[in-house]
Amino acid sequence: MSKQSQSSNSRAAADERNSVAVIDADAPDQDQMRNDHEAVKKDQKRHLADYDRNTLVELLRQMLLIRRFEEKSAEAYSMGKIGGFCHLYIGQEAVAVGAISAIRKDDYVLTSYRDHGQAIAKGMSPDAVMAELFGKAGGCSKGKGGSMHMFDKSLGFLGGHAIVGGQIPLATGVAFASKYQGTDQVTLCFFGEAAVNQGAFHESLNMAQLWKLPCIYICENNQYGMGTSLQRAMSLHDISQKAVAYEMAGEYVDGMDVLAVKEATARAVERARKDHLPTLIEVRTYRFMGHSMSDPGNYRTRAEIEKYQERDPLKVFAATLLEEKTISDKDYAAMEKQVQEEVEQALRFAEESPLPEPEELFTDIYANPITSGKML
Amino acid sequence: MAVITMREALNQALREEMLRDENVFLMGEEVAEYQGAYKVTKGLLQELGPKRVIDTPITELGFAGLGVGAAMVGLRPIVEFMTFNFSILATDQIINSAAKMLYMSGGQFKIPIVFRGPGGSAYQVSSQHSQALESWFAYFPGIKVVMPSTPADAKGLLKSAIRDDDPVIFIEQERMYGTKGEVPEDADFTVPLGVADVKREGTDATIVARSLMVPVALKAAEVLQEQGVSCEVIDPRTIRPLDIDTIVASVKKTNRVVVAEESHPFCGVAAEISTEIMDRAFDYLDAPVKRISGADVPMPYAKNLEALAIPTVEQVVAAVKEVAYLQ
Repeated sequence: MSKQSQSSNSRAAADERNSVAVIDADAPDQDQMRNDHEAVKKDQKRHLADYDRNTLVELLRQMLLIRRFEEKSAEAYSMGKIGGFCHLYIGQEAVAVGAISAIRKDDYVLTSYRDHGQAIAKGMSPDAVMAELFGKAGGCSKGKGGSMHMFDKSLGFLGGHAIVGGQIPLATGVAFASKYQGTDQVTLCFFGEAAVNQGAFHESLNMAQLWKLPCIYICENNQYGMGTSLQRAMSLHDISQKAVAYEMAGEYVDGMDVLAVKEATARAVERARKDHLPTLIEVRTYRFMGHSMSDPGNYRTRAEIEKYQERDPLKVFAATLLEEKTISDKDYAAMEKQVQEEVEQALRFAEESPLPEPEELFTDIYANPITSGKML
Repeated sequence: MAVITMREALNQALREEMLRDENVFLMGEEVAEYQGAYKVTKGLLQELGPKRVIDTPITELGFAGLGVGAAMVGLRPIVEFMTFNFSILATDQIINSAAKMLYMSGGQFKIPIVFRGPGGSAYQVSSQHSQALESWFAYFPGIKVVMPSTPADAKGLLKSAIRDDDPVIFIEQERMYGTKGEVPEDADFTVPLGVADVKREGTDATIVARSLMVPVALKAAEVLQEQGVSCEVIDPRTIRPLDIDTIVASVKKTNRVVVAEESHPFCGVAAEISTEIMDRAFDYLDAPVKRISGADVPMPYAKNLEALAIPTVEQVVAAVKEVAYLQ
């Protein structure tokens, strides 16, 4: 194991957590579930003092906003308002919110097709995201990208990319450009654990460490590549260890704990900003819904889903803040109301936004179109 | 004007454009310290330094995608494939990322990148190292595809490709690096993308040829001239966007056309050009459009078999005689 990996702060905790065999459990052990829930809260409470109240409240608000946004998306999808594939982020909110809260506004984020959460966490308006889901002209990509292709150049949100692992070389290139241009910007690259089996992952990590690029690779290990469990697809399950193959720093972090994700990302950001060094962070998380809206999820037991729902990152963090009196019940109710209104507003915006004009079919194909009498 | 090789002309284009714009960088296998597998990048590392001229690991998908990512945030990468045969490993990033990024982001992310390197038939390297892939790339909206046939075109088109804001596939014919020709020395010399060139004027038949087939077509035109047949040779130079107007104008003049290419015939560029001609100039045709393509086989190693797989002057001459009803 490399020096860098040995120095990762959460390694001991990771080993301990790995030993409870989170992947394998079939029948939920009620005591264990309660213990897990309490353990995360205990961890969070220990770290609350590191943050000011506004930061903590904002983390909770963003997670709640993404949760309610995704619930509304599911509703709109079943009403036929949203077409195609729609991959929801419910259960994984702590990952996007925790990680993106650790970077600056001018840093970059790229992710996979499960991109609504990252888009919102990077600051995109729910209006523009919902309108994109609706295929409307007011969508962030003018209705040409849909659920899997959210983009906002002004916010440094460089997309939802829909080929598994395709964003990993892209993010590496964005980080390459930051170093080339002499800035201290960093790039967060999110991907699911199934992407780790793609060549693109290994090719990118090799170059990133070889050339010392400020890219932070965040593997959202939700334990299923569509319907195939990690166990059926990967020979080495401890993904953070794959960093060792590239002499890269690697960390494991509990993806149900927004503060743990934030802290791990902050460590990686410092490494990237100061020394242009990449990091691989494995974030163990769980999606509560199917792979996409069309997936009934028959490959997972109800017991398994319930086990993780007990560790629901939103529920746990809200409980932490309530129990520690960082927020009151009244505060939380007000937050819930404000978020609901924001999501309702996004829905109205999407409904009212016009369809793209038919002429839009033929725009944005070339930046320098050559059209005079030529075939495109 | 100086007479230089295609290799030198390409080298000049790279050097001039990298001196002109510091956002332009060059990466690929053996482009720096080794001075280029085909010596196209000779001297660039020494002059421009390791920040601008970068040796990559053998990792085509990875560095092609890295280039596209860098282009998303303002750099203008030139990605060299040691040969286009290896670009096959990178097609996901070329097609799914580079070609589609502008569209699926609603116009937010242009991708100014050049993917360049040798392609087409080489000398006795068998099936995996000797093939023409332009029809693959030309199939996709969002990509431009360029194939020069002379040193001057190579220099002028490469400079335009580097300055262009879209992904450009720039295929240099592997057998033609030593081809010599006059090349303007003016640093502002460029050849616009999307404009065909009339390589030889004629009145009796049109030969549309690109890349390696241009010298073959010109030789065929000489042979035919001696037999009293005047051929016009059109080199599209850019495959996508295709300058169909120049081709159609020639066909309207000559009423007969042969489309020659070294690639496989099935779903090839010549098939597309033939259809377009029939669409736009059917009433002007005195004979069906005739295609001459490479043999529909993987490229063999044996010298005699390889020669049979690549279109010859004799085949083009015979094709012109066929459309001119001279056989």
